[in-house]
Amino acid sequence: MAFDKNSNSFTFIFASVLVAVVGTVLAVTFLALKPAYDENVRREKMQNILASMKVKVERDAAPEKYKELVKETLLVDAHGKPTDGDAFGLDVLKQYKDWKANVVKAEDMKYPVYKASTDGKDLFVLPMVGTGLWGPIWGYVSVESDGRTVYGSVFDHKGETPGLGAEIATPVFYDQFPGKTITEDDGTYTSIKVYKGGTGTTDPHGVDGISGGTITSDGVHEMLKRTLAVYDTYLKSVVAPPPPPAMEALPTDSLTADSTSTSLVNP
Amino acid sequence: MSTATAAPAKPAEGLFSKKNRKLIVDPLNDNNPITVQVLGICSALAITVKVENALVMSISVMAVLIAGNMVISALRNMIPGRIRIIAQLVIAAGLVTLVDIILKAYVYDVSKQVGVYVGLIITNCIIMGRFEAYAMGNKPLPSAMDAIGNSLGYAWILVVVALFREFFGNGSIMGLRIIPESLYGDGGIGYFNNNMMILPPMALVLVGIIIWIQRARNTKLIEQA
Repeated sequence: MAFDKNSNSFTFIFASVLVAVVGTVLAVTFLALKPAYDENVRREKMQNILASMKVKVERDAAPEKYKELVKETLLVDAHGKPTDGDAFGLDVLKQYKDWKANVVKAEDMKYPVYKASTDGKDLFVLPMVGTGLWGPIWGYVSVESDGRTVYGSVFDHKGETPGLGAEIATPVFYDQFPGKTITEDDGTYTSIKVYKGGTGTTDPHGVDGISGGTITSDGVHEMLKRTLAVYDTYLKSVVAPPPPPAMEALPTDSLTADSTSTSLVNP
Repeated sequence: MSTATAAPAKPAEGLFSKKNRKLIVDPLNDNNPITVQVLGICSALAITVKVENALVMSISVMAVLIAGNMVISALRNMIPGRIRIIAQLVIAAGLVTLVDIILKAYVYDVSKQVGVYVGLIITNCIIMGRFEAYAMGNKPLPSAMDAIGNSLGYAWILVVVALFREFFGNGSIMGLRIIPESLYGDGGIGYFNNNMMILPPMALVLVGIIIWIQRARNTKLIEQA
């Protein structure tokens, strides 16, 4: 062979060329396939929004059904007040990561709301993001026009353990949500609590966690508590308040929209 | 300097010569990558909850291994000995990433199911094992045969383990319900799924049983003390 393949210079050149070639091939393929991937992600988002409204559609049919059922999209700020911006285009996962990394402050975060109607019901679809055991978890909860009763929900995850934490993405878990309420009758915010040990279903604000998936269940609990607090203030502002309670409301112990709280209060 | 550990290929050989057939048949049984070489065990434990996942993983491993073996084999006379493992790793990582990108664009649903594990193909010792043991010392075509044989040997173990786990753990195969819903619980005959089958340790037990059966039938695999 004309060259000494064990010389330092050949080794260096070979390594550089190899890395450059592999990098180029990957970059070109990625750029060529990115539109297809982005479209898949966009349709999946529509599918998730529709699924939380108990409308199951194939991925290809999602854009059409979404256009038909979703009437309005808007963003609300951390105080539950409507604000400007592209609600569908907002990457809530990226925003969540930025918040975790202290790049974005809690009061600067924006929360998308999808107003939709299906089956004669007007619904608010509320997206949310949290952290499971191995990575991000996210979900969509649809709330009825009374602003407190859950109509449907769907959850998903990036890499929770199959058979354990990953079960949050199955009907076994999310079918517990319909009919649960996020506030007491007098309007006090309660969130939806995720219970450990199979006692949640008797609570009008609670569901059972996944056995063997405690950290993922805790993540869902924290995600619901933190995000629904923001949405609750928005919902209270657009939905007629409930009739005054028979007893006088307690002045203390009311949970405000404390979106910065990351503490996990497990029931 | 050649780093080959396998016999060099002879020129002018038919595609289905005895030697090439052996390359494909051997890893299915006598030299199975999982049960005999005990490589790639991690993925066998992790993804065999469902048959579908096992199939997609097997096809992904096969794609990476065939392409990788052929590329390494074509470059075998150029790869400097000192950085050969790094070069193999770069090629394997590139191919795995390529498979991941393609799955995400064309079979998005499947990529969501197995996405976590596709990235882990890089840690599958079968890949690096075949690169180092065969492709570095043989021509591209026999290397491709070797890749097909080894990935099929890997695939059948995965599918068999997944069949047992999905059937007993979930009552279904390929997502189709085999054990009728009516037999479950108090309304039926009180049958319930064996959740232990879903947990990774059971995959290890199943692989162990396969190894046991294989060695009982094929005594030449038993190491002499």
